[in-house]
Amino acid sequence: MATATATKIRPEGSWLKRWAPLLGVALIVIYCLAPFYWMLVSALRRPTDQFDNSFIPRPFSLDNIKDVFKDGTGFGRGLLNSLLVAGSVTILTLLIGLVAAYTLARLDFKFKNLVLAIIITTSMFPGISLIVPLLKLFIDIGWINTYQAMIVPSLSFALPLAVWTLTAFFRQMPRELEQAAMVDGCTPAQAFRKVILPLAAPGVFTTAIITFIAAWNEFLIALSMVQIKERQTANVIISQFTGTSGRDQPFGSQMAAGVIVTIPLVIAVLLFQRRIVAGLTAGGVK
Amino acid sequence: MSASAPVADRPVNKAPKSGKQRRHDEGTGKLAAILLSPTMLVLGLVVLFPIVMALRESLFQAGGVDPETGFVNEGSTFVGLKNYADIFSGPTGERFWNAFYNTTFFTVTCVILETILGVAMALVMHKAFKGRAIVRASILVPWAIPTVVSALLWKWIFQADGAANAIIGRQILWSTEGWQSVLSVIVADTWKTAPFIGLLVLAGLQTIPADVYEAAKVDGASAWQQFVRITLPLVKPALLVAVLFRMLDTLRIFDLPFVLVGPRKESVETLSMLAYDEAFNTRYGPAAAYATILFIYVAVVAFAFVKLLGADVLGDAVQKKKNNNKGKRVRKAPAGVPEAGLASGGGA
Repeated sequence: MATATATKIRPEGSWLKRWAPLLGVALIVIYCLAPFYWMLVSALRRPTDQFDNSFIPRPFSLDNIKDVFKDGTGFGRGLLNSLLVAGSVTILTLLIGLVAAYTLARLDFKFKNLVLAIIITTSMFPGISLIVPLLKLFIDIGWINTYQAMIVPSLSFALPLAVWTLTAFFRQMPRELEQAAMVDGCTPAQAFRKVILPLAAPGVFTTAIITFIAAWNEFLIALSMVQIKERQTANVIISQFTGTSGRDQPFGSQMAAGVIVTIPLVIAVLLFQRRIVAGLTAGGVK
Repeated sequence: MSASAPVADRPVNKAPKSGKQRRHDEGTGKLAAILLSPTMLVLGLVVLFPIVMALRESLFQAGGVDPETGFVNEGSTFVGLKNYADIFSGPTGERFWNAFYNTTFFTVTCVILETILGVAMALVMHKAFKGRAIVRASILVPWAIPTVVSALLWKWIFQADGAANAIIGRQILWSTEGWQSVLSVIVADTWKTAPFIGLLVLAGLQTIPADVYEAAKVDGASAWQQFVRITLPLVKPALLVAVLFRMLDTLRIFDLPFVLVGPRKESVETLSMLAYDEAFNTRYGPAAAYATILFIYVAVVAFAFVKLLGADVLGDAVQKKKNNNKGKRVRKAPAGVPEAGLASGGGA
């Protein structure tokens, strides 16, 4: 009896169980990717077909992408600037943040929670309240239109982010590792450099990606601190693209530029999605 | 713990080890201070110093006519709380209260929408075992797209003859002014960050051991009861942190309305945009005052949220995680029930 009802119920239940989540998954994927797909499609249309609303670009054209790199847009230079700024921010952040994160994860000292709280809190300050005084300071010391004027303020959000995720990674590593190394005659510093750092490499790498993406996406600082085109980052340049035809917004080339700015990040996300998720959730979720 | 036993057996290294250990512990305060100083120094320079400067700056006004000499001042003059007083009254007061309202409205609406959508997404992803990698990768795409680019993307979709109007078959001038531009900002923000909340909540869901649900099922709890009585309380820590971060993020929203709709648009101007506009017009005093008010607003919201709801931002649970991880590494026996949730979370 029991088996009979069980076999009767199971197929129905499993049908729903199998398909409902899949449908949900499909909805989520469409929700996340449809706008991005639209950007891609719009970028690959001919500039003259800009207002065509078909789902596939026909005829397929790379003209928008060529337009983006035309002389005078400054977009290529902007990409290099973005790379330089985001890269410097990432390297500086890791250099400074690694030591702090390791200290917070390993040493027990008074005010540890306070220090951690201060570091997390600093990442929550609104960017604009830091920028107004920094802008004035940078004008005074002649830093306007320089790379450091973008790099230094970016540390205000990058460093807390990195310290937080790295601390979570270090905490996951057993203390016995250093203890064993020190038993074998390493100093604490050597134990950190020779044992912990290599083992923490995946965590460091993850933090580097997250920091880089955050720095690459930065807009407010770059917009405020730099007025000349040669130093502007790609994000600022895209937002200020002007059309060839007067007042029209050049959406075709803007979409193309958007795709170019985003593609490296999307590739990184696809390649390292598991790690990125681990890094993002390590700090935020216990 | 387990490593200390063999250590004690080693006669040669025993003495230096214990000596080092003791010294290590005694000097930790100083050592920690030294090791943390670069970070604190940098944060002091790029966060604390500007905040203090902003407070000072907000008490000054540039230029103006000196009442005694009649000359135009080159430097800035101390005006006390005048900048603040100006903010709340007169025509600037209107602009401020409008920006304040917009900021608050965006924060409340977006965070509520994103939380509901995010939790729904997390539940779906938690149920689905197939295609989880695809979902996770696609969920990260909106997160990875720079806000500026996503603002342009949505501006394109919300064009007069763009995709949005083609789909709904109407002619709405979205990103101009009025309710439709507010809506376009909300849609764009929700698209970008709801998946992110989903991601954090999913991570929280995966730490819930499966046997809790088994027990509930045995006791005859309905799906809704399970959700309200088990899922929600257990993901609450993760959810609260996600919501707090989203709230603080939306309170300082700038890029999205700035690029999607444009600066100086009444219906979407936020406090950040207002402060930027003032600074851009070299009115640093009022700009600093606006920025300071926003800063205080953010601090109050964060404090109230942590106090009222007990969001565990620092996390004493970190210790638990470490133990769980140990359990994960030795999971040879399939039965280890408490690890089950985490093991599947970490391994997926």
